[in-house]
Amino acid sequence: MAKLKPLTGAQATAEAMRQINPDVVVAYPITPQTPIVEFFAQFVADGVVDTEMVPIESEHSALSAVVGASAAGARAMCATSSQGLALMWEIVAAAPGLRLPIVMPVVNRALSAPINIHCDHSDTMGTLTLGWVQIYSENAQEAYENMLLALRIAEHPNVLLPVMVMQDGFITSHGVEVVKVLEDEEVKKFISERKPDRYLLNVKNPYTVGPLALPDYYFEVKRQQEVAIYNAKDVYLEVGEELSKLTGNKYPLFEEYRTEDAEAVIVALSSTAGTAKDAVDEMREQGYKVGLIKPKLFRPFPYKEMRETLERFKVVGVLDRSIAFGAYAPVYSEIRNALYESDKKPKLQSYIYGLGGRDIFKTDIKKVFEELLSGNVDSQTQRYIGLRE
Amino acid sequence: MAEKKGWKELMRGGDLPPATALENKTGSWRSLRPVWDPSNCIHCMICVSYCPDMAIPITKSEEGVIGKNGRVYKGTIRLETNFDYCKGCGICAVECPTKCITMVREE
Repeated sequence: MAKLKPLTGAQATAEAMRQINPDVVVAYPITPQTPIVEFFAQFVADGVVDTEMVPIESEHSALSAVVGASAAGARAMCATSSQGLALMWEIVAAAPGLRLPIVMPVVNRALSAPINIHCDHSDTMGTLTLGWVQIYSENAQEAYENMLLALRIAEHPNVLLPVMVMQDGFITSHGVEVVKVLEDEEVKKFISERKPDRYLLNVKNPYTVGPLALPDYYFEVKRQQEVAIYNAKDVYLEVGEELSKLTGNKYPLFEEYRTEDAEAVIVALSSTAGTAKDAVDEMREQGYKVGLIKPKLFRPFPYKEMRETLERFKVVGVLDRSIAFGAYAPVYSEIRNALYESDKKPKLQSYIYGLGGRDIFKTDIKKVFEELLSGNVDSQTQRYIGLRE
Repeated sequence: MAEKKGWKELMRGGDLPPATALENKTGSWRSLRPVWDPSNCIHCMICVSYCPDMAIPITKSEEGVIGKNGRVYKGTIRLETNFDYCKGCGICAVECPTKCITMVREE
């Protein structure tokens, strides 16, 4: 039987890591990710896991050590945020290229400059092209369950790619919630053992990992990598079905909330989706036909499924918690892309909100819905929620 | 040159099976050539382990060869360089503790 525990998002992630009991965890602290590796370090110190814990001197080294451990055949993890992810960037690109099934929780935080420790998505949105599977979590419960999903997706033979599991800095990582935690034995059975088909510590079957590939072979290797990340979509759904049997929760590519007869919907990631659900409920009580789409699997992006869903609505507002300077915002870009093939395009409006941890309130989201329902939208301009003129 | 493989045939992530370097003969890159003076060699195998291109084969010899100070070295010894693989980098000459390898310009 699952247990109910009061946990922060960071604790929930550490709890999943305790149950996974990885062979290697490499730790470098960075706000707001730090409590994940702190809680995990406590598990190591108390002997409740038999993980090799490696405190290290930078994030670049942290992911490098994880890459080495994973190539050697171990289950290896680290966690990061913001500047840490940015410092890792070189290795963030190498890990999927080497096809290593690493799981890395990322606690979203704004990127410098100016320096800011609070939540926005500019860190992970900057890595969208690098080949990691990306799953966004609304709350601590999802952060916990997504860790288990992530491990199975990463290690699936049709995928073998690293996976990032996101949660919102401070909002999710430091806020306490009641989290339903599975039994250790259930998790152990669900994740089973990593059985790599080849690994560097197997001296009976030597091979070269990460060799030089010049113009004659680089292109082919990248094509393999592309196929693998597209495979991750089906694997996500398949593993999600399996996890559903344990948790009773569903793992769709994106969650639809009260969208059945909706005229206007908004698209929002992570914790903002929770706020939006309350706003939707209140507006529904007042008779407005509004709903929410919450993307969960963001890479690979489910274009077809998103298009088929969005075609049903008259108007869609897309909320981005990051800016793409000189371009449409990241989530908005994907939504526009998804709808290009459609004959029944809804009207679209892009909104930027919450940069550097600025709060977003139910009243803000209600205003967005009112604007969408009024038809006052322009798909080519960006609007700002909570910005002072 | 052999037909190049398509993406479906390659090992995952561009990994390679062992010993592919055997097909990759780097001798044509050479502009300097190592000249080995056996009379000063102590067969310490440092040149062998530092050579990045397996250009110095290990030889097993029961008869042995005469090395430094007229001593007969038997068993595991180094003999001639394999110039199919030697690209003339000079690492062996730098690392040799008895300086019995000198690099000369190849004419």
